[in-house]
Amino acid sequence: MAEQTFSRIEAVPSETSGLRSIAADFSSDRSAFKNVSWGKAMMWIFLLSDTFVFSSFLIAYMTARMSTTVPWPNPSEVFALTIGGVSLPLLLIAIMTFVLISSSGTMAMAVNFAYRRNRRTTAVLMLVTALLGATFVGMQAFEWTKLIHEGVRPWANPWGAAQFGSTFFMITGFHGTHVTIGVIFLLVTARKVWRGDFDHERKGFFTSRKGRYEAVEIMGLYWHFVDLVWVFIFAFFYLW
Amino acid sequence: MAQATAHTSAHAQGQQHPIKLYLVVWAWLFILSACSYLVDYFQLEGALRYSLIVLFMLLKAGLIMAVFMHMAWERLSLVYAILVPISALLVFVAIMVFEADNTLLSRVEFFSPGS
Repeated sequence: MAEQTFSRIEAVPSETSGLRSIAADFSSDRSAFKNVSWGKAMMWIFLLSDTFVFSSFLIAYMTARMSTTVPWPNPSEVFALTIGGVSLPLLLIAIMTFVLISSSGTMAMAVNFAYRRNRRTTAVLMLVTALLGATFVGMQAFEWTKLIHEGVRPWANPWGAAQFGSTFFMITGFHGTHVTIGVIFLLVTARKVWRGDFDHERKGFFTSRKGRYEAVEIMGLYWHFVDLVWVFIFAFFYLW
Repeated sequence: MAQATAHTSAHAQGQQHPIKLYLVVWAWLFILSACSYLVDYFQLEGALRYSLIVLFMLLKAGLIMAVFMHMAWERLSLVYAILVPISALLVFVAIMVFEADNTLLSRVEFFSPGS
C-alpha cells in the first residue's frame, strides 16, 4: 500500500512547465532533475564548470587587450594564408571552424542513430567525428608551428602587445587539449558501440553499470561543448 | 505497428528527433560561420563589425545548445540550473571592464607609452 502511494508520487511530477515546475522539482526532496539520469546531469554540471574555466581565460584576454597601451596585433593579418600569391585573411581558421561544425553535425546524427539502436551507423558516424576532430587538432598544430616560426612567443611577438602570444597559446592550447581528449573519448565510446556493449547491457569496466545508449548522448554533450567554446574563441580572439 | 512500438520504446529511452532537423541546423551553422568569416573578409569596421560578430556568435551558440545539446527539450529545472549561473560571468565581464579601463588610465597617466 505504502509502496503504491510512493510510486504514484514518483511517476507524476506536479508541474510540467513554467517557474512553478522548477520550484516543484527543487523542493521535491528527491532527485531535482526529473527524467534526467545522473550521468547526463553530471556531464552538464562538468560542462558548466568548464564554461567558467574558458570564460576566465577569455575575460583575462579581454582585460589584457583593453588595458595595454601597445597596439594589439591584427589577427586578420597574423592568421592570413598566402595561396597562389593571394593573401586570404583567416583562411585556416575558417576551415578549422567548418571542420569542427561538421564534426558536431556528425556527432548529433550519431546520437540520433544511437537512440534508434542502429549500432553500425552510430559507430561509423562517431569515427567520422573523431577523424574530423583529429583533423582540427592537426591544423591547429600547423598553425602553432607557423606562428612559432614567425617568432610568436608567450612573452613577445614581432607585431605588438606581448600578451597576444600568451593569451593565444593559453586559450587555443586549452581548447586543443579538450578536442584531443574528446577524440580519445570518442574512440573509446565508438568501440563500445561497435562491440554491442549497449545492446547487451554489458557492464562498464570501472563503473559496473549496465551499458546504455545514453552514453553516446553524454559523449555528444561534451563534443558539442568543445564546438561551442570554439564559437566564442573564433568570435572574440580571431574576429574581434 | 511494429514500427510504432519501436518508436515509442525509443522515445521512452531518450531524445528522438527527425534527422532532417539536424541537417537543417547543420546548414544554418555553416551559413552563420560563413557570414562571420565574411565580416572579416570585407574588413567591416566599428560598431557594425562588433555587433555582427556578437550576433552570429550568439545565434550559433544558441543553435548548438538548443538543438544539438537537446536543451530545448530538457526539463526547465535543468535548463535554469545550467543557464542562470552563467549570468554571473556577465557581472565578471563588467567588473573587469572597469578594472581594465582603470589600468589603462593609470598607464597612460603615469607611465609614458612604449618605454
